Amino acid sequence: MREKILTFIEKNSRVELKELAILLGMSETDVANELEAMENEGIICGYHTLIDWDKVTTERINAVIEVRVTPQRGRGFDSIAERIYKYPEVESVYLMSGGYDLLVMLEGKTLREVSSFVSEKLSTLESVLSTTTHFILKKYKDHGTILHQEYADEREILS
Amino acid sequence: MRNPLSQTIVNIKPSGIRRFFDIAAERKDTISLGVGEPDFDTPWHVRDEGIYSLEKGRTFYTSNAGLMELREEICKYLSRRMDLNYDPKKEVLITVGGSEAIDIGLRAMVDPGDEVLIPQPSYVSYEPCAILAGAKPVIIELKNENEFRLTPEQLLAAITDKTKILIMPYPNNPTGAIMERSDLEKIAKICVEKDLFVISDEIYAELTFGDRKHVSIASFPGMRERTVVINGFSKAYAMTGWRLGYACGPEEILKQMTKIHQFAIMCAPTTSQYAAIEALKNGDTDVETMRESYNQRRNFLMHAFREMELPCFEPFGAFYVFPCISEFGMTSEEFAFALLDVKKLAVVPGSAFGLGGEGFVRISYAYSLKKLETAVGRLVEFVTELRNKA
Repeated sequence: MREKILTFIEKNSRVELKELAILLGMSETDVANELEAMENEGIICGYHTLIDWDKVTTERINAVIEVRVTPQRGRGFDSIAERIYKYPEVESVYLMSGGYDLLVMLEGKTLREVSSFVSEKLSTLESVLSTTTHFILKKYKDHGTILHQEYADEREILS
Repeated sequence: MRNPLSQTIVNIKPSGIRRFFDIAAERKDTISLGVGEPDFDTPWHVRDEGIYSLEKGRTFYTSNAGLMELREEICKYLSRRMDLNYDPKKEVLITVGGSEAIDIGLRAMVDPGDEVLIPQPSYVSYEPCAILAGAKPVIIELKNENEFRLTPEQLLAAITDKTKILIMPYPNNPTGAIMERSDLEKIAKICVEKDLFVISDEIYAELTFGDRKHVSIASFPGMRERTVVINGFSKAYAMTGWRLGYACGPEEILKQMTKIHQFAIMCAPTTSQYAAIEALKNGDTDVETMRESYNQRRNFLMHAFREMELPCFEPFGAFYVFPCISEFGMTSEEFAFALLDVKKLAVVPGSAFGLGGEGFVRISYAYSLKKLETAVGRLVEFVTELRNKA
């Protein structure tokens, strides 16, 4: 049941409790209890909104930064990752296999803001060996949702 | 000039759904819950495989029976999902949709005067296909109180010494009814005793809900040798436009079906066949995801009907609900026309699906929840207004 709830709210977290219960064929109390339990257990970590900022006048700049670091004895990558993810402008941090160690996703208001974060804060961290910054030019699909998509029902009215 | 037409075909009435929707199509702002095909696109990996086959220049005919790899995948699928075992070399035929299989299955098995039992309400093509094959269709009227399942008593009452074939249209369009193992057991026994053959149209087999897995009548003792199982890719994998189905059954019957197919069709579309291989190999999760969506919508509609006190048995198959509208003192056609006229909502009158459909309308839930919500809003208004008038 948990998986069904999660699969649904992953795409639409604004669904009303009553409606979700009907759709999943569960009682409202059961759904509410499961949701609360999953929040407490840290399975549900937040309810976010997917926004296409390109359609809003506010400028946003997104960057993806590949970071090579020296792991620390006894703590591996965790402590350097922590030092990076504590910055509020950092959107996500992942430990990666392959040619670099940490993938850092960043959101800033201006190009200058992003570049100064990289040059002044990130690169100067002691265990950071190198950084490679890529700027995102256009988002086509985010969180499983295709942006700029218009849906038309082209099925013939009858079949 | 002589009359150019065959009297047989002239005497067959065109599909009642078509007549209704020609009118519906002309009205603006109409919401339709009439379509009997998935609202999902074919999964991308399946479409991609079709595109790839075109890029590779695989634009030739396949063998009459279809690509061997596809037939093998179908056999594996039927074995893992339906507990049916067929020989891909001799017992499988790839057809142009399930509809072709219905047509040639009947043509391969009946002679003039043979009787074909057709439970109704059901899909509109069985009766005309039986007539075109020269057989005499005998209609069994399914009942709401049996949740539109075929009962052994009804079957026995319809059998004569001319009866040759029973059509099994489950999971059912338009009612959403299914036949469970215990129901089928009794039907199968009668078929063996009375020496009937069965054409089992299982095109909605993947769309059953509430842990009621589809059971094929061919899996019962003594049934494999007297059953042609029809299935296809349209409903399960949202591949209606690819026109791809298949028939499986005893070699003796399939051989004759393949002969008709060879002369009338040659082979099913090659691009579609390559795409279908991918669907069978890697499409299980797509089916699962779509099934879950349909189930949510089904739950939504059943709840809405309970709220507006519109009687409707809970259907566990296909993507239709079949509520009863007899309380309003209108025929199902009158009801559907009025609903279209007043609320611009199109549903299909139950009478379009033959006997037993009068007093009901078919509502398809192959639509997004958002659309269903709007549609239900209009239906509630309509029903309330009718009740206030009464």
